[in-house]
Amino acid sequence: MVTEKARIMDEEAMRRAITRIAHEILEKNKGIEGLVLVGIRRRGVPLAERLARQIEAIEGRRVPVGSLDITLYRDDLTLRSDHPVVHRTEVPFAVQGKKVVLVDDVLYTGRTVRAALDAIMDLGRPALIQLAVLVDRGHRELPIRADYVGKNVPTSRREIIHVKLKETDDEDAVIIEEMT
Amino acid sequence: MKLKSRDILALEEMPREDMELILDTASSMKEIIYRPIKKVPTLRGKTVVTLFYEASTRTRTSFELAAKYMSADTVSIATATSSVQKGETLKDTARTLRVMGSDCVIMRHPVSGSCHFLARVLDIPVINGGDGMHEHPTQGLLDMFTMREKKGRLEGLRVAIIGDIYHSRVARSNIWGLKKMGASVVVCGPATLLPPEIEKMGVEATTRVEEAVKDADVVMVLRLQLERQQRGLFPSAREYSRLWGITRERLNLAKPDALLMHPGPMNRGIEIASEVADSPQSTIEDQVTNGVAVRMAILYLLLGGGEEK
Repeated sequence: MVTEKARIMDEEAMRRAITRIAHEILEKNKGIEGLVLVGIRRRGVPLAERLARQIEAIEGRRVPVGSLDITLYRDDLTLRSDHPVVHRTEVPFAVQGKKVVLVDDVLYTGRTVRAALDAIMDLGRPALIQLAVLVDRGHRELPIRADYVGKNVPTSRREIIHVKLKETDDEDAVIIEEMT
Repeated sequence: MKLKSRDILALEEMPREDMELILDTASSMKEIIYRPIKKVPTLRGKTVVTLFYEASTRTRTSFELAAKYMSADTVSIATATSSVQKGETLKDTARTLRVMGSDCVIMRHPVSGSCHFLARVLDIPVINGGDGMHEHPTQGLLDMFTMREKKGRLEGLRVAIIGDIYHSRVARSNIWGLKKMGASVVVCGPATLLPPEIEKMGVEATTRVEEAVKDADVVMVLRLQLERQQRGLFPSAREYSRLWGITRERLNLAKPDALLMHPGPMNRGIEIASEVADSPQSTIEDQVTNGVAVRMAILYLLLGGGEEK
Protein backbone atom coordinates (compact mmCIF):
# COMPACT_ATOMS: atom_id res chain seq x y z
CA MET A 1 0.00 0.00 0.00
CA VAL A 2 1.14 3.50 -0.83
CA THR A 3 -0.10 6.30 1.40
CA GLU A 4 0.23 10.02 0.87
CA LYS A 5 2.32 11.62 3.64
CA ALA A 6 2.70 15.22 2.58
CA ARG A 7 2.25 17.67 -0.29
CA ILE A 8 5.48 19.61 -0.49
CA MET A 9 4.75 21.72 -3.57
CA ASP A 10 1.56 23.02 -5.11
CA GLU A 11 0.96 24.80 -8.42
CA GLU A 12 2.10 28.18 -7.10
CA ALA A 13 5.26 26.85 -5.47
CA MET A 14 6.15 24.99 -8.67
CA ARG A 15 5.62 28.07 -10.80
CA ARG A 16 7.86 30.13 -8.52
CA ALA A 17 10.57 27.47 -8.50
CA ILE A 18 10.59 27.30 -12.31
CA THR A 19 10.73 31.09 -12.56
CA ARG A 20 13.67 31.21 -10.16
CA ILE A 21 15.54 28.41 -11.99
CA ALA A 22 15.02 30.23 -15.30
CA HIS A 23 16.62 33.35 -13.82
CA GLU A 24 19.48 31.31 -12.35
CA ILE A 25 20.17 29.63 -15.70
CA LEU A 26 20.33 33.02 -17.42
CA GLU A 27 22.50 34.51 -14.68
CA LYS A 28 24.99 31.65 -14.62
CA ASN A 29 25.24 31.43 -18.42
CA LYS A 30 25.11 35.20 -18.96
CA GLY A 31 22.12 35.12 -21.29
CA ILE A 32 20.86 32.60 -23.81
CA GLU A 33 23.77 32.56 -26.27
CA GLY A 34 24.44 28.90 -27.17
CA LEU A 35 21.94 27.68 -24.58
CA VAL A 36 19.76 24.58 -25.22
CA LEU A 37 17.41 22.68 -22.89
CA VAL A 38 17.07 18.90 -22.99
CA GLY A 39 14.31 17.24 -20.96
CA ILE A 40 14.70 13.66 -19.77
CA ARG A 41 11.61 11.59 -20.53
CA ARG A 42 8.99 11.64 -19.28
CA ARG A 43 8.48 14.50 -16.83
CA GLY A 44 11.68 16.32 -17.62
CA VAL A 45 10.25 17.13 -21.06
CA PRO A 46 7.28 19.31 -19.98
CA LEU A 47 9.51 20.90 -17.31
CA ALA A 48 12.08 21.85 -19.97
CA GLU A 49 9.26 23.28 -22.06
CA ARG A 50 8.05 25.40 -19.10
CA LEU A 51 11.59 26.63 -18.45
CA ALA A 52 11.90 27.60 -22.12
CA ARG A 53 8.64 29.60 -21.95
CA GLN A 54 9.85 31.34 -18.80
CA ILE A 55 13.22 32.16 -20.40
CA GLU A 56 11.41 33.50 -23.47
CA ALA A 57 9.28 35.72 -21.22
CA ILE A 58 12.43 37.17 -19.66
CA GLU A 59 14.73 37.44 -22.70
CA GLY A 60 12.22 37.72 -25.55
CA ARG A 61 13.84 34.86 -27.44
CA ARG A 62 13.22 31.15 -27.45
CA VAL A 63 15.89 28.55 -26.67
CA PRO A 64 15.81 25.17 -28.47
CA VAL A 65 14.24 22.31 -26.49
CA GLY A 66 14.88 18.61 -27.03
CA SER A 67 13.79 15.42 -25.33
CA LEU A 68 15.95 12.49 -24.38
CA ASP A 69 14.96 8.86 -23.79
CA ILE A 70 17.62 7.14 -21.71
CA THR A 71 16.24 3.58 -21.82
CA LEU A 72 18.98 2.30 -24.11
CA TYR A 73 21.62 3.70 -21.72
CA ARG A 74 20.29 2.25 -18.46
CA ASP A 75 22.76 0.32 -16.32
CA ASP A 76 20.11 -2.04 -14.96
CA LEU A 77 18.78 -3.55 -18.19
CA THR A 78 20.39 -6.91 -17.49
CA LEU A 79 18.92 -6.90 -13.98
CA ARG A 80 15.33 -6.46 -15.11
CA SER A 81 13.24 -9.13 -16.75
CA ASP A 82 10.74 -6.64 -18.15
CA HIS A 83 11.84 -4.48 -21.03
CA PRO A 84 11.38 -0.78 -20.41
CA VAL A 85 9.55 0.71 -23.39
CA VAL A 86 11.88 2.69 -25.63
CA HIS A 87 10.55 6.15 -26.48
CA ARG A 88 11.83 8.53 -29.04
CA THR A 89 14.83 10.79 -28.52
CA GLU A 90 14.15 14.10 -30.26
CA VAL A 91 17.03 16.54 -30.19
CA PRO A 92 16.45 18.44 -33.45
CA PHE A 93 19.60 20.56 -33.18
CA ALA A 94 23.34 19.93 -32.94
CA VAL A 95 24.64 19.83 -29.35
CA GLN A 96 28.22 20.39 -30.55
CA GLY A 97 29.69 23.38 -28.71
CA LYS A 98 26.36 24.19 -26.98
CA LYS A 99 25.61 24.82 -23.33
CA VAL A 100 23.22 21.98 -22.57
CA VAL A 101 20.92 22.16 -19.56
CA LEU A 102 19.52 18.72 -18.73
CA VAL A 103 16.12 18.91 -17.05
CA ASP A 104 14.48 16.23 -14.90
CA ASP A 105 11.82 16.09 -12.24
CA VAL A 106 13.58 14.23 -9.40
CA LEU A 107 17.29 13.71 -8.67
CA TYR A 108 17.75 10.56 -6.57
CA THR A 109 20.52 7.98 -7.11
CA GLY A 110 22.04 9.89 -10.03
CA ARG A 111 21.88 6.85 -12.32
CA THR A 112 19.36 8.40 -14.70
CA VAL A 113 21.58 11.47 -15.03
CA ARG A 114 24.64 9.27 -15.66
CA ALA A 115 22.71 7.58 -18.50
CA ALA A 116 21.57 10.96 -19.84
CA LEU A 117 25.16 12.27 -19.86
CA ASP A 118 26.23 9.30 -21.98
CA ALA A 119 23.22 9.75 -24.27
CA ILE A 120 24.03 13.44 -24.80
CA MET A 121 27.72 12.74 -25.45
CA ASP A 122 26.72 10.26 -28.16
CA LEU A 123 24.95 13.10 -29.96
CA GLY A 124 28.01 15.35 -30.00
CA ARG A 125 30.43 17.28 -27.79
CA PRO A 126 28.70 20.09 -25.89
CA ALA A 127 30.70 22.99 -24.45
CA LEU A 128 29.25 22.14 -21.06
CA ILE A 129 26.36 20.26 -19.47
CA GLN A 130 24.39 21.51 -16.47
CA LEU A 131 21.58 19.85 -14.56
CA ALA A 132 18.28 21.36 -13.43
CA VAL A 133 15.84 19.36 -11.27
CA LEU A 134 12.58 20.23 -9.61
CA VAL A 135 13.30 18.09 -6.53
CA ASP A 136 16.58 16.80 -5.08
CA ARG A 137 15.77 14.02 -2.63
CA GLY A 138 19.33 12.91 -1.79
CA HIS A 139 20.68 9.31 -1.59
CA ARG A 140 23.17 9.67 -4.42
CA GLU A 141 24.98 6.52 -5.60
CA LEU A 142 27.22 8.38 -8.07
CA PRO A 143 29.25 11.60 -7.85
CA ILE A 144 26.58 13.77 -9.49
CA ARG A 145 25.01 17.02 -8.32
CA ALA A 146 22.48 19.46 -9.72
CA ASP A 147 23.31 23.05 -10.76
CA TYR A 148 19.73 24.22 -10.26
CA VAL A 149 17.32 22.78 -7.70
CA GLY A 150 13.64 23.67 -7.23
CA LYS A 151 13.49 22.19 -3.74
CA ASN A 152 15.78 20.09 -1.58
CA VAL A 153 13.76 17.40 0.16
CA PRO A 154 15.42 15.13 2.74
CA THR A 155 13.76 11.73 2.38
CA SER A 156 14.11 8.16 3.54
CA ARG A 157 14.59 5.46 0.93
CA ARG A 158 11.18 3.98 1.78
CA GLU A 159 9.49 7.15 0.65
CA ILE A 160 8.45 7.88 -2.92
CA ILE A 161 8.54 11.35 -4.42
CA HIS A 162 5.70 11.73 -6.90
CA VAL A 163 5.89 14.74 -9.19
CA LYS A 164 2.63 15.46 -10.97
CA LEU A 165 2.44 17.83 -13.92
CA LYS A 166 -0.61 19.09 -15.76
CA GLU A 167 0.88 17.95 -19.06
CA THR A 168 1.23 14.32 -17.98
CA ASP A 169 -1.04 14.05 -14.94
CA ASP A 170 -4.03 16.11 -13.91
CA GLU A 171 -2.46 18.69 -11.60
CA ASP A 172 0.79 20.40 -10.59
CA ALA A 173 1.99 18.97 -7.28
CA VAL A 174 4.88 17.24 -5.57
CA ILE A 175 3.77 14.58 -3.10
CA ILE A 176 5.70 12.39 -0.64
CA GLU A 177 4.25 8.90 -0.45
CA GLU A 178 5.28 6.01 1.74
CA MET A 179 5.16 2.26 1.23
CA THR A 180 3.38 0.74 4.19
CA MET B 1 6.72 -4.41 -21.91
CA LYS B 2 7.88 -7.78 -23.07
CA LEU B 3 7.36 -9.84 -26.20
CA LYS B 4 5.24 -12.93 -25.77
CA SER B 5 7.39 -14.64 -28.39
CA ARG B 6 10.81 -15.99 -27.38
CA ASP B 7 11.83 -16.41 -31.03
CA ILE B 8 10.91 -14.57 -34.22
CA LEU B 9 9.95 -17.44 -36.50
CA ALA B 10 6.75 -16.59 -38.37
CA LEU B 11 4.16 -13.82 -38.40
CA GLU B 12 1.49 -16.51 -38.69
CA GLU B 13 2.05 -17.36 -35.05
CA MET B 14 3.05 -13.93 -33.71
CA PRO B 15 0.39 -12.19 -31.60
CA ARG B 16 -0.75 -8.78 -32.79
CA GLU B 17 0.50 -7.13 -29.56
CA ASP B 18 4.02 -8.37 -30.29
CA MET B 19 3.91 -6.89 -33.79
CA GLU B 20 2.68 -3.58 -32.41
CA LEU B 21 5.40 -3.51 -29.74
CA ILE B 22 8.07 -4.21 -32.37
CA LEU B 23 6.75 -1.48 -34.70
CA ASP B 24 6.48 1.07 -31.87
CA THR B 25 9.97 0.29 -30.59
CA ALA B 26 11.37 0.49 -34.13
CA SER B 27 10.01 4.00 -34.58
CA SER B 28 11.99 5.06 -31.49
CA MET B 29 15.11 3.29 -32.78
CA LYS B 30 15.09 4.87 -36.20
CA GLU B 31 16.57 8.18 -35.01
CA ILE B 32 19.82 6.41 -34.02
CA ILE B 33 20.52 5.52 -37.68
CA TYR B 34 20.73 9.23 -38.56
CA ARG B 35 23.12 10.18 -35.76
CA PRO B 36 26.73 11.12 -36.50
CA ILE B 37 27.77 8.46 -33.96
CA LYS B 38 25.52 5.48 -34.69
CA LYS B 39 26.01 3.58 -31.45
CA VAL B 40 24.07 2.97 -28.25
CA PRO B 41 25.51 0.75 -25.51
CA THR B 42 22.39 -1.35 -24.91
CA LEU B 43 23.59 -4.80 -26.03
CA ARG B 44 27.21 -4.56 -24.89
CA GLY B 45 28.61 -8.02 -24.27
CA LYS B 46 25.96 -9.86 -26.29
CA THR B 47 26.96 -11.91 -29.31
CA VAL B 48 24.70 -12.34 -32.30
CA VAL B 49 25.39 -15.00 -34.93
CA THR B 50 24.14 -14.85 -38.49
CA LEU B 51 24.01 -18.31 -40.05
CA PHE B 52 23.07 -18.04 -43.70
CA TYR B 53 22.65 -21.11 -45.89
CA GLU B 54 21.45 -18.94 -48.79
CA ALA B 55 22.78 -15.85 -50.49
CA SER B 56 21.79 -12.51 -49.03
CA THR B 57 23.15 -9.00 -48.98
CA ARG B 58 20.56 -6.80 -47.44
CA THR B 59 19.05 -9.05 -44.78
CA ARG B 60 22.40 -10.16 -43.38
CA THR B 61 23.95 -6.70 -43.57
CA SER B 62 20.84 -5.17 -42.05
CA PHE B 63 20.94 -7.56 -39.08
CA GLU B 64 24.65 -7.05 -38.58
CA LEU B 65 24.36 -3.26 -38.66
CA ALA B 66 21.39 -3.39 -36.28
CA ALA B 67 23.44 -5.49 -33.85
CA LYS B 68 26.48 -3.24 -34.18
CA TYR B 69 24.48 -0.04 -33.67
CA MET B 70 23.30 -1.60 -30.39
CA SER B 71 26.93 -2.49 -29.44
CA ALA B 72 26.47 -6.28 -29.76
CA ASP B 73 29.27 -8.34 -31.31
CA THR B 74 28.43 -10.16 -34.51
CA VAL B 75 29.77 -13.34 -36.01
CA SER B 76 28.77 -14.30 -39.47
CA ILE B 77 28.97 -17.87 -40.72
CA ALA B 78 29.06 -18.28 -44.46
CA THR B 79 28.14 -21.91 -44.89
CA ALA B 80 30.10 -22.20 -48.12
CA THR B 81 33.37 -21.91 -46.16
CA SER B 82 32.34 -23.57 -42.88
CA SER B 83 32.21 -27.10 -41.48
CA VAL B 84 28.81 -27.45 -43.10
CA GLN B 85 30.83 -28.39 -46.17
CA LYS B 86 32.32 -31.26 -44.16
CA GLY B 87 28.84 -32.64 -43.55
CA GLU B 88 28.09 -31.18 -40.13
CA THR B 89 24.38 -31.22 -39.35
CA LEU B 90 22.41 -28.03 -38.73
CA LYS B 91 21.81 -29.06 -35.12
CA ASP B 92 25.52 -29.63 -34.44
CA THR B 93 26.55 -26.38 -36.12
CA ALA B 94 24.02 -24.46 -34.07
CA ARG B 95 24.92 -26.17 -30.79
CA THR B 96 28.58 -25.44 -31.40
CA LEU B 97 27.78 -21.75 -31.82
CA ARG B 98 25.68 -21.89 -28.66
CA VAL B 99 28.41 -23.36 -26.47
CA MET B 100 30.85 -20.76 -27.76
CA GLY B 101 28.59 -18.27 -25.95
CA SER B 102 26.40 -16.72 -28.62
CA ASP B 103 23.18 -15.14 -27.35
CA CYS B 104 21.04 -15.23 -30.47
CA VAL B 105 21.07 -16.96 -33.87
CA ILE B 106 19.69 -15.42 -37.04
CA MET B 107 19.30 -18.05 -39.73
CA ARG B 108 18.39 -18.17 -43.39
CA HIS B 109 17.88 -21.64 -44.81
CA PRO B 110 16.41 -23.10 -48.02
CA VAL B 111 14.19 -25.56 -46.12
CA SER B 112 10.83 -24.35 -44.83
CA GLY B 113 10.47 -24.93 -41.08
CA SER B 114 14.22 -25.17 -40.43
CA CYS B 115 14.15 -22.17 -38.08
CA HIS B 116 11.40 -23.82 -36.03
CA PHE B 117 13.60 -26.88 -35.77
CA LEU B 118 16.53 -24.76 -34.63
CA ALA B 119 14.41 -23.01 -32.01
CA ARG B 120 13.46 -26.40 -30.56
CA VAL B 121 17.07 -27.52 -30.14
CA LEU B 122 18.49 -24.20 -28.87
CA ASP B 123 17.78 -22.42 -25.59
CA ILE B 124 18.60 -18.97 -27.04
CA PRO B 125 16.38 -16.82 -29.29
CA VAL B 126 16.27 -17.78 -32.97
CA ILE B 127 15.32 -15.23 -35.62
CA ASN B 128 14.14 -16.42 -38.99
CA GLY B 129 15.94 -14.56 -41.78
CA GLY B 130 13.95 -16.45 -44.42
CA ASP B 131 13.16 -20.18 -44.48
CA GLY B 132 12.48 -21.72 -47.88
CA MET B 133 9.08 -20.73 -49.27
CA HIS B 134 7.63 -20.35 -45.77
CA GLU B 135 8.21 -16.95 -44.13
CA HIS B 136 10.53 -13.97 -43.85
CA PRO B 137 9.03 -12.35 -40.75
CA THR B 138 11.43 -9.43 -40.35
CA GLN B 139 10.78 -8.41 -43.97
CA GLY B 140 7.04 -8.52 -43.28
CA LEU B 141 7.54 -6.34 -40.19
CA LEU B 142 9.70 -3.78 -41.99
CA ASP B 143 7.18 -3.59 -44.82
CA MET B 144 4.37 -3.00 -42.34
CA PHE B 145 6.51 -0.43 -40.52
CA THR B 146 7.04 1.44 -43.80
CA MET B 147 3.31 1.41 -44.63
CA ARG B 148 2.38 2.55 -41.13
CA GLU B 149 4.99 5.30 -41.19
CA LYS B 150 3.81 6.64 -44.56
CA LYS B 151 0.07 6.09 -44.18
CA GLY B 152 -0.28 6.56 -40.43
CA ARG B 153 -2.14 3.27 -40.04
CA LEU B 154 -2.46 -0.30 -41.30
CA GLU B 155 -6.12 -0.85 -40.46
CA GLY B 156 -8.25 -0.61 -43.59
CA LEU B 157 -5.38 -0.30 -46.09
CA ARG B 158 -5.75 -2.13 -49.38
CA VAL B 159 -2.47 -3.82 -50.28
CA ALA B 160 -1.85 -5.43 -53.68
CA ILE B 161 0.99 -7.96 -53.82
CA ILE B 162 2.09 -8.63 -57.39
CA GLY B 163 4.38 -11.38 -58.66
CA ASP B 164 5.55 -14.87 -57.88
CA ILE B 165 3.36 -15.49 -54.84
CA TYR B 166 4.02 -19.22 -54.95
CA HIS B 167 7.74 -19.08 -54.13
CA SER B 168 7.55 -15.94 -51.99
CA ARG B 169 8.18 -16.05 -48.25
CA VAL B 170 7.97 -12.25 -48.30
CA ALA B 171 4.39 -12.45 -49.58
CA ARG B 172 3.41 -15.02 -46.97
CA SER B 173 4.81 -13.01 -44.05
CA ASN B 174 3.13 -9.86 -45.32
CA ILE B 175 -0.20 -11.61 -45.76
CA TRP B 176 -0.21 -13.04 -42.22
CA GLY B 177 0.96 -9.77 -40.68
CA LEU B 178 -1.28 -7.44 -42.65
CA LYS B 179 -4.40 -9.56 -42.08
CA LYS B 180 -3.76 -9.51 -38.33
CA MET B 181 -3.32 -5.74 -38.39
CA GLY B 182 -6.65 -5.24 -40.18
CA ALA B 183 -5.49 -4.51 -43.75
CA SER B 184 -6.99 -6.20 -46.80
CA VAL B 185 -4.74 -7.98 -49.25
CA VAL B 186 -5.11 -8.91 -52.90
CA VAL B 187 -2.50 -11.14 -54.53
CA CYS B 188 -1.85 -11.24 -58.26
CA GLY B 189 0.41 -13.12 -60.64
CA PRO B 190 0.43 -15.79 -63.35
CA ALA B 191 -1.97 -18.62 -62.48
CA THR B 192 0.98 -21.02 -62.27
CA LEU B 193 2.59 -18.81 -59.58
CA LEU B 194 -0.54 -18.36 -57.44
CA PRO B 195 -0.72 -21.12 -54.82
CA PRO B 196 -3.97 -23.11 -55.04
CA GLU B 197 -6.45 -22.19 -52.30
CA ILE B 198 -4.48 -19.05 -51.39
CA GLU B 199 -7.89 -17.47 -50.63
CA LYS B 200 -7.93 -19.55 -47.45
CA MET B 201 -5.33 -17.15 -46.05
CA GLY B 202 -8.05 -14.49 -46.20
CA VAL B 203 -6.90 -12.72 -49.36
CA GLU B 204 -8.39 -12.05 -52.79
CA ALA B 205 -6.55 -13.57 -55.75
CA THR B 206 -6.55 -12.54 -59.39
CA THR B 207 -4.39 -13.02 -62.48
CA ARG B 208 -5.30 -9.57 -63.86
CA VAL B 209 -2.88 -6.95 -62.65
CA GLU B 210 -5.17 -4.01 -63.46
CA GLU B 211 -7.83 -5.50 -61.21
CA ALA B 212 -5.38 -6.01 -58.34
CA VAL B 213 -3.83 -2.55 -58.53
CA LYS B 214 -7.10 -0.63 -58.87
CA ASP B 215 -7.66 1.66 -55.85
CA ALA B 216 -4.80 0.10 -53.88
CA ASP B 217 -3.12 2.08 -51.09
CA VAL B 218 0.03 0.02 -51.49
CA VAL B 219 1.41 -1.80 -54.52
CA MET B 220 4.02 -4.33 -53.43
CA VAL B 221 6.01 -5.81 -56.28
CA LEU B 222 7.87 -9.06 -55.63
CA ARG B 223 11.14 -10.01 -57.22
CA LEU B 224 10.74 -12.49 -60.05
CA GLN B 225 12.93 -15.27 -58.67
CA LEU B 226 14.61 -16.17 -61.94
CA GLU B 227 16.69 -18.82 -60.13
CA ARG B 228 13.52 -20.69 -59.19
CA GLN B 229 11.99 -20.63 -62.68
CA GLN B 230 13.52 -23.75 -64.23
CA ARG B 231 10.18 -25.51 -64.42
CA GLY B 232 8.70 -23.31 -67.11
CA LEU B 233 5.94 -21.79 -64.98
CA PHE B 234 5.75 -18.81 -67.36
CA PRO B 235 7.00 -18.48 -70.93
CA SER B 236 9.60 -15.72 -70.70
CA ALA B 237 10.72 -12.73 -68.67
CA ARG B 238 9.61 -10.50 -71.52
CA GLU B 239 6.09 -11.88 -71.54
CA TYR B 240 5.95 -11.69 -67.73
CA SER B 241 6.93 -8.06 -67.93
CA ARG B 242 4.26 -7.31 -70.54
CA LEU B 243 1.46 -8.96 -68.54
CA TRP B 244 2.42 -8.30 -64.91
CA GLY B 245 5.19 -5.72 -64.86
CA ILE B 246 4.38 -2.54 -62.91
CA THR B 247 4.58 0.44 -65.23
CA ARG B 248 3.51 4.06 -64.80
CA GLU B 249 0.17 3.36 -66.53
CA ARG B 250 -0.60 0.45 -64.22
CA LEU B 251 0.51 2.28 -61.07
CA ASN B 252 -1.81 5.14 -62.04
CA LEU B 253 -4.78 2.81 -61.48
CA ALA B 254 -3.96 2.73 -57.77
CA LYS B 255 -4.86 5.60 -55.43
CA PRO B 256 -3.00 8.81 -56.36
CA ASP B 257 -0.93 8.67 -53.16
CA ALA B 258 -0.31 4.91 -53.32
CA LEU B 259 3.04 3.58 -52.16
CA LEU B 260 5.18 1.44 -54.44
CA MET B 261 7.18 -1.17 -52.54
CA HIS B 262 9.72 -3.81 -53.50
CA PRO B 263 11.75 -6.01 -51.11
CA GLY B 264 14.80 -5.94 -53.41
CA PRO B 265 16.90 -6.85 -55.22
CA MET B 266 15.00 -5.51 -58.24
CA ASN B 267 14.98 -6.84 -61.78
CA ARG B 268 14.50 -3.45 -63.42
CA GLY B 269 12.48 -3.64 -66.60
CA ILE B 270 11.02 -7.04 -65.70
CA GLU B 271 8.70 -6.89 -62.67
CA ILE B 272 9.12 -3.13 -62.17
CA ALA B 273 9.78 -0.29 -64.60
CA SER B 274 12.77 1.91 -63.70
CA GLU B 275 10.61 4.98 -64.14
CA VAL B 276 8.32 4.02 -61.22
CA ALA B 277 11.05 2.42 -59.10
CA ASP B 278 12.78 5.81 -58.93
CA SER B 279 9.59 7.88 -58.58
CA PRO B 280 8.54 9.74 -55.40
CA GLN B 281 5.90 7.04 -54.78
CA SER B 282 8.64 4.45 -54.35
CA THR B 283 9.54 3.49 -50.77
CA ILE B 284 12.24 1.03 -51.79
CA GLU B 285 15.07 2.88 -50.06
CA ASP B 286 12.95 3.68 -47.00
CA GLN B 287 12.32 -0.05 -46.67
CA VAL B 288 16.05 -0.70 -46.41
CA THR B 289 16.56 1.94 -43.69
CA ASN B 290 13.46 0.79 -41.84
CA GLY B 291 14.77 -2.77 -41.96
CA VAL B 292 17.67 -1.76 -39.74
CA ALA B 293 15.35 0.02 -37.27
CA VAL B 294 12.97 -2.96 -37.07
CA ARG B 295 15.84 -5.38 -36.50
CA MET B 296 17.29 -3.13 -33.78
CA ALA B 297 13.89 -3.22 -32.08
CA ILE B 298 13.73 -7.02 -32.33
CA LEU B 299 17.24 -7.48 -30.93
CA TYR B 300 16.50 -5.09 -28.06
CA LEU B 301 13.22 -6.83 -27.24
CA LEU B 302 14.75 -10.33 -27.40
CA LEU B 303 18.14 -9.64 -25.80
CA GLY B 304 17.86 -6.33 -23.94
CA GLY B 305 16.41 -7.50 -20.65
CA GLY B 306 17.74 -9.76 -17.94
CA GLU B 307 16.80 -13.32 -17.01
CA GLU B 308 13.29 -14.13 -15.87
CA LYS B 309 13.44 -14.32 -12.07
